[in-house]
Amino acid sequence: MMKRKALDLWVGVFVAIGLGALLFLALKVGNLGSFSAAETYLVKANFDNIGGLKRRAPVKSAGVVVGRVEDIGFDTQTYEAVVTFAIDSRYPFPKDTSAKILTSGLLGEQYVGLSAGGDTAMLKNGDTIKLTQSAIVLENLISQFLFSKAADGSSNSNSNSNSSIK
Amino acid sequence: MNALADFFEHLGARATGAVHRLGFATRFLLLTLRNSGMCFRRFSLVMREIYFAGVLSLIIILVSGLFVGMVLGLQGYDTLERYGSSSALGVLVALSLVRELGPVVSGLLFASRAGSAITAEIGLMKATEQLAAMEMMAVDPIARVIAPRFWAGVISMPLLAAMFSAMGVFGGYLVGVRLIGVDAGSFWSQMQAAVDLREDILNGVIKSVVFGIAVAWIAVFEGYDAPPTAEGVSRATTRTVVTSSLSILALDFILTALMFRGT
Repeated sequence: MMKRKALDLWVGVFVAIGLGALLFLALKVGNLGSFSAAETYLVKANFDNIGGLKRRAPVKSAGVVVGRVEDIGFDTQTYEAVVTFAIDSRYPFPKDTSAKILTSGLLGEQYVGLSAGGDTAMLKNGDTIKLTQSAIVLENLISQFLFSKAADGSSNSNSNSNSSIK
Repeated sequence: MNALADFFEHLGARATGAVHRLGFATRFLLLTLRNSGMCFRRFSLVMREIYFAGVLSLIIILVSGLFVGMVLGLQGYDTLERYGSSSALGVLVALSLVRELGPVVSGLLFASRAGSAITAEIGLMKATEQLAAMEMMAVDPIARVIAPRFWAGVISMPLLAAMFSAMGVFGGYLVGVRLIGVDAGSFWSQMQAAVDLREDILNGVIKSVVFGIAVAWIAVFEGYDAPPTAEGVSRATTRTVVTSSLSILALDFILTALMFRGT
């Protein structure tokens, strides 16, 4: 049988490599250091339409990730979506900050963009953002475009027929 | 007519036999858990088994992790390049390893490398009446032989799965960044943005712990239940590998369905 000391050494090396691998996964692959441990405050916002926004989508301001979407709910009184963000407490925002749902790239994932206002009072935990702009739904955009085209077309033909009558 | 009756009788016997074995296996697991106090007081027993189950599986786990990662890198690049998003290679490699391939493949390897060895060892101890001799000397074979092997499997498995995933990510990095020339910065930063500590890594660790429990349980039970003959031990060893591989895959489906239902 193997010497006790050598056995302990090998098992120690094994456990050390295993824990090292876990640490590597947590730090290098999962990026533990950046966000999850930081203090956050929760802010709500109501949107008419959130499009494809998902939980844990980033909240960005000026392109910098300042928080995450924590929860998405539905208000049965106003029939609006209620989105709760957790924003890093290192980044205070004024009360009149506005929130938009934006898309990264043409068909990329959706995120929340915050643009700061000029108010001197800051948002606190549990506050609600009043100024919001809903997600742009591609189908609505296309149908609006087609509708306006059709409207243009009919008015053109009307004017044409008017002129021909004249 | 008689053949048909025989057939149904045989089928029924197999079904009730399977239920009997499941009941015995559950009782055996509870007995092992109740008798594992001793192996934590004398941890050197477990250490020895971690050496046999974990340390000796190190090479196969590390090498296969590296190769799985490298293949993922090559295949992933091939497909992602078609859509012009080869910078997402890191995300693909890391997520598929941490969530699925790490726990599952290392579980399968662990079952065939360590599980079969545990079954064969316990089965042979039973066939050569060493377990009976222990009982004669008032040493509980479950506390002295079964529990340390069970706990060694449960402890080793998550560590091996983590090593497999880490090695696989490194393999994907080697192929993707070093060999093909994907940008190293976007490889790591996209990976870090997409992989979540709790949702992905912790769930992967939970999976590997569950697989460790399943493999160790099946291995010690098949060994303890093996008929004390050469043929019986060989069949028990085969059954360990087959049963634990199938239960790993089935458990993986259940756990994945519970953990990653989208949002």
